[in-house]
Amino acid sequence: MASAITVSGLSKRYQIGARVRDRTVREALTDAVLGPVHRLRSFGRSSHRPEDAIWALREVSFEVAPGEVLGVVGRNGAGKSTLLKILSRITDPTEGTAELAGRIGSLLEVGTGFHLELTGRENVYLSGAILGMRKAEIDRKLDEIIDFSGIETFIDTPVKRYSSGMRVRLGFAVAAHLEPEILLIDEVLAVGDVAFQRRCLGKMEDIGRGGRTVLFVSHNMAAVRHLCTRGLALHDGRVLALGDADEAVDAYLARMRAEAPEAGASGFRFPVARPEPPPPARVACVEVLDEHGEPPAAVCTGDCVRLRVHFECAGRVTVTPLVTVSTPEGARLLGFGLRAGAGRQLDCEAGTHRVDVVVPGLPLSAGRHVLGAALRVQGEGLVHEAAHAGEFEVSPRDIYGSGDPPSVRWSPIALPHSWEVPAGESGLREIG
Amino acid sequence: MASSPGNLRALPERVVIRPRGGWPAVNWRELWHGRELLFFLAWRDVKVRYKQTVLGALWAILQPLVSMVVLTLVFRSLLGIDRRLMGTTSEGYPYPVFLFAGLLPWQFFSESLRRSSESVVVSANLVQKVYFPRLVIPLSAVAGAAMDFALSLLVLAGLMVWYGHAPGVGLLAVVPLAVLTAMAATGVGVLISALNAAYRDFRHIVPFLLQVWFYATPLIWSARIVEAPRLRLLIALNPMCGIVEGYRRAILPGWPLDGTLLAVSAASTALLLLVGLRYFRKVEISFADIL
Repeated sequence: MASAITVSGLSKRYQIGARVRDRTVREALTDAVLGPVHRLRSFGRSSHRPEDAIWALREVSFEVAPGEVLGVVGRNGAGKSTLLKILSRITDPTEGTAELAGRIGSLLEVGTGFHLELTGRENVYLSGAILGMRKAEIDRKLDEIIDFSGIETFIDTPVKRYSSGMRVRLGFAVAAHLEPEILLIDEVLAVGDVAFQRRCLGKMEDIGRGGRTVLFVSHNMAAVRHLCTRGLALHDGRVLALGDADEAVDAYLARMRAEAPEAGASGFRFPVARPEPPPPARVACVEVLDEHGEPPAAVCTGDCVRLRVHFECAGRVTVTPLVTVSTPEGARLLGFGLRAGAGRQLDCEAGTHRVDVVVPGLPLSAGRHVLGAALRVQGEGLVHEAAHAGEFEVSPRDIYGSGDPPSVRWSPIALPHSWEVPAGESGLREIG
Repeated sequence: MASSPGNLRALPERVVIRPRGGWPAVNWRELWHGRELLFFLAWRDVKVRYKQTVLGALWAILQPLVSMVVLTLVFRSLLGIDRRLMGTTSEGYPYPVFLFAGLLPWQFFSESLRRSSESVVVSANLVQKVYFPRLVIPLSAVAGAAMDFALSLLVLAGLMVWYGHAPGVGLLAVVPLAVLTAMAATGVGVLISALNAAYRDFRHIVPFLLQVWFYATPLIWSARIVEAPRLRLLIALNPMCGIVEGYRRAILPGWPLDGTLLAVSAASTALLLLVGLRYFRKVEISFADIL
């Protein structure tokens, strides 16, 4: 049977820096006039300096059979989103080809096309049309979509009045009712509350069982293991592993662990790859420091630490930095920086800045944890997410005085607590 | 395809993705299949605009009316050169009607230019997240301007009745002229939207461009006053020149029209449309990377 997706030697090169994005007419005109002069002068020397370009994807080849669910994993900057963009025909490859047999639906974002001034119902039509559905199809499925989203009572109010959770649910409801033969999904599940995520996963399972071909990019290893039949691990734009979902995830985790010592002498400092195309603000580096702001020799459960985010702004922006700690499997343990917490909104000039999250008693058990960071920009939402910036080791400390320090195997989070056994009750007696 | 479940916009059963270069042709089939999206985007713009402004639908009519009043005040009442501008020595047409006949197609053209110029940049998020024929973006901006244009034609009819000028049979010519205007509006809209996406500072040129184009088009003045044949040819290269004079011919009975003028402008329009479409298709390839 012919493959649903055939990718062959796919490569994508990006010109970094100001060259491409900030072309102005002024520059183009001066270039046209003075260009020939410059070219004559540097005759013989190549005009394209190799350092100016980065390869987001390099010689990627794989095949997906119809009905397979392929999970794509890799750290930030590995090329997953670029691959999806190329397969979604949003950007062209520099080299190589890809063939897709069947109608393509891509979910790179939830709520694509939503306009805040329009009502929920109007936005269902707008978003559906943008994603590729015909009006007749939307008419047919409208009730189902509204029902799935769970926001029937508000369907005729303008979306600007919705909470972000409601927007996500409506957006996903529309997207979930696309019926393409090939579905390309980019981490849209990393949004919404737990109940909603469970619902989305359920829908994803239905889609997978329905015989559609799915390409699923995710940082959630558990979801990948559970939902995907095969896996593709990318690293620095190249194929690291291609096989079962478990094989690919294991290969990716093994690579991450192997790389950890490279990322700084202490293994607590993680630079973040520059995303392409460059967003208005990006996370440059995340690190764990001791309470004085110095790189620690080791970090133990209960230590006072500073989680430092270095970020870079292209221009004047208002950012909200976010820091996360997750398990290596991708499950979120801690999140710092939203409005609900003690997060801050910062008005920044262009340049590099840093902020610290001071955690008086780090509630992480001994073992490996993943540090991540993200940036929200006012008016633009989440502009850069580096959920998996790096893995660091927390050393054991016997905070309970039990002789057995808490470890991630039992409980990734360790909080001070005590058990209370009611005194004087018959039939219940504490031993030891 | 008829028996397949769901009916997504993508046409072919097999899509081959490879690096595109050079000057790809316009994919008319794909565009036709994407027409629903075009209408949805135009509908969205109309709805949003009318939810936001107090005047709503009236704006389409008010703009040319106000321009007409102001220009009449300046050139007739204040400067008294209206007859000279129209090129008539005797009682001819009321200057306001003369103006309005030209201002309507101009409004369509300039609004198309203005709205489409930012359309692609504003839709950057869409372009980076979903695939659809990109031409739909500036085309929906032009479609929005076209709707306003249709509305204003109704007002023109009212104005003519007010002035007691019964339109001649030439009124039927308004239809092909409208098509020509749409072509010019589309050509310039598509071209400008691509230029704006490709060059960050282009947006600063647009207001200036419109101003110059306004005076270069026979709006406040008539092509009749240009007598030197070389000069006439030059002004006829402006697509809007022949179009505006054509409207006057259709709406004002007895208005003289130079066939050559119209022909040259029509050719110019066709060229503008062709260049606009081809250039857009070339730049479209890198939209997701440069926006």
